[in-house]
Amino acid sequence: MSSLQTKLYSLEFTKALPLQSGTHFGPYTLKVETYGTLNAKKSNAVLICHALNASHHVAGVNDSGQTGWWDNMVGPGKPVDTNHFFVIGINNLGSCFGSTGPMSPDPATGIPYGASFPILTVEDWVLSQSYVADYFGVQKFAAVMGGSLGGMQAIAWGMMFPERVGHCIVIASSANLSAQNIAFNEIARNAIMSDPDFHQGNFYAHAVVPKSGLRVARMIGHITYLSNDDMAEKFGRVLRRPTGAKQDYQFSFDTEFEVESYLRYQGDKFADYFDANTYLLITRALDYFDPAMDYENDLSKAFAHIQANFLVISFSTDWRFAPQRSREIVKALLDNKHRVAYAEIDAPHGHDAFLLDDARYHALIQSYFVKMQGECN
Amino acid sequence: MSFEAIRADFSAIANWVKPNSTLLDLGCGDGVFLEYIRRAKQVKTYGVEISDEQVLACVAKDLDVIQQDLEGGLALFEDQSFDTVVLSQTLQTIHQTEAILREVVRVGKECVVSFPNFAHWSHRAAVFMGHMPVTKSLPYDWYNTPNVRVLTIKDFESLASKIGIRILDRVVLHDSQEVKWCANLFGSLAIYRVGRT
Repeated sequence: MSSLQTKLYSLEFTKALPLQSGTHFGPYTLKVETYGTLNAKKSNAVLICHALNASHHVAGVNDSGQTGWWDNMVGPGKPVDTNHFFVIGINNLGSCFGSTGPMSPDPATGIPYGASFPILTVEDWVLSQSYVADYFGVQKFAAVMGGSLGGMQAIAWGMMFPERVGHCIVIASSANLSAQNIAFNEIARNAIMSDPDFHQGNFYAHAVVPKSGLRVARMIGHITYLSNDDMAEKFGRVLRRPTGAKQDYQFSFDTEFEVESYLRYQGDKFADYFDANTYLLITRALDYFDPAMDYENDLSKAFAHIQANFLVISFSTDWRFAPQRSREIVKALLDNKHRVAYAEIDAPHGHDAFLLDDARYHALIQSYFVKMQGECN
Repeated sequence: MSFEAIRADFSAIANWVKPNSTLLDLGCGDGVFLEYIRRAKQVKTYGVEISDEQVLACVAKDLDVIQQDLEGGLALFEDQSFDTVVLSQTLQTIHQTEAILREVVRVGKECVVSFPNFAHWSHRAAVFMGHMPVTKSLPYDWYNTPNVRVLTIKDFESLASKIGIRILDRVVLHDSQEVKWCANLFGSLAIYRVGRT
């Protein structure tokens, strides 16, 4: 197995980015990590788009000892094989892992943007990602791939730059959020915004972080990423007690059940590393994504100009981005007789399944990429 | 089923498929027919398949395949959206027989339906001897067969007329040879070209 050949970039863009909201934003920095080698024809580039809380650090172990968020998918000999493909991970604008975001200082004032950071959309991200492609001289991606919100970016790529993407790989995603899904996001945002430490988004100046809000936001998110069966199996009604101790109630509001302990741990961990304004921004981008809106809410019409081949994958127990939502994407592609393969993986892990190592899921991606290798030569 | 028998089956269907048309194969398995027809007739193809391994095999062949259960109908496909819809040796594995036949002729301008003929003399002989048949066209034991509806040529034709399916053409095969005489007795595989009445 050859090495991952990781390279880290901080790309500065001086030209302001025109945003869907009508304003412009810039200059800005995008943090980028690449793996593998771009071939001479520059035809083997794969863009991996991240979802809510991930980053440009897709694979391998970085200087801080953190393993990439899709390390089981991307690397030498892995389904997205970096021995054959040049993989690009970008930390999206507005995120909090090195790209310009609400916590970055506004050059005009010298203080963090905070609440003045503009609202971004999936399409804004895709436009900024196209400038990263330009930087590497990639005229056409072999594939743009992502799960959940990352899948939405892959869809937007297929629509906005039909001639610049060969394959769109859309996993556990949807062509827009349901009311229930927006509602979950609103609860999360509300938890953050009602935290007294939020200070209308300008908490940086107060040297505080709205941790309790972030904690609750992450807890509600986590519940929706798991299936009911998965939670039952992981935690059941088991009480949080030292090994050997009696499994009795303590009649208190402290951590009683294992599931509470898990949620509190996940919430605390998240509140320590994630920016509250970024959470608001990214969940709003999720809510706003609706590519059919400009086409009389007809997704088939919206997809008319797509040229890419699609691979769409859903997971049977994912109720946050249910298989039915993936089938809507598939139907719109079929209506246009676009090329599409669709797999519905019977997996117990809910929405999180797209990040996990499942033999059938990974075999499918591997097979799809092996087939793509021939097109890149 | 032998390789030759598959070929005879395929070429009989291919005779009905127009070049450069669109074709949907329901229960496409590992995609071997789709691969054949795509090459033989430059047809734009899609397959529907339920099994994980078969879907993977189709993806490896660079085929467009949709994973779904045919028992749930064909909601992903619009009316008359394909020139040809093929239901090849799959009808006998589906519980919702009438529903799937109605769906097939809704989606396809023309359709091909094929199935093993239970009335072939070898099957009749097996039953006469007191056993369920295990033959080339029905290769399973009664306790492990994926077939849930066994039918005969006569049965299919009477159901077709009952539910408003028009039979446009028929080829009956046995051991890769066309059977012209006493088809319901000497044919082990029936292939129909059908459409909406």
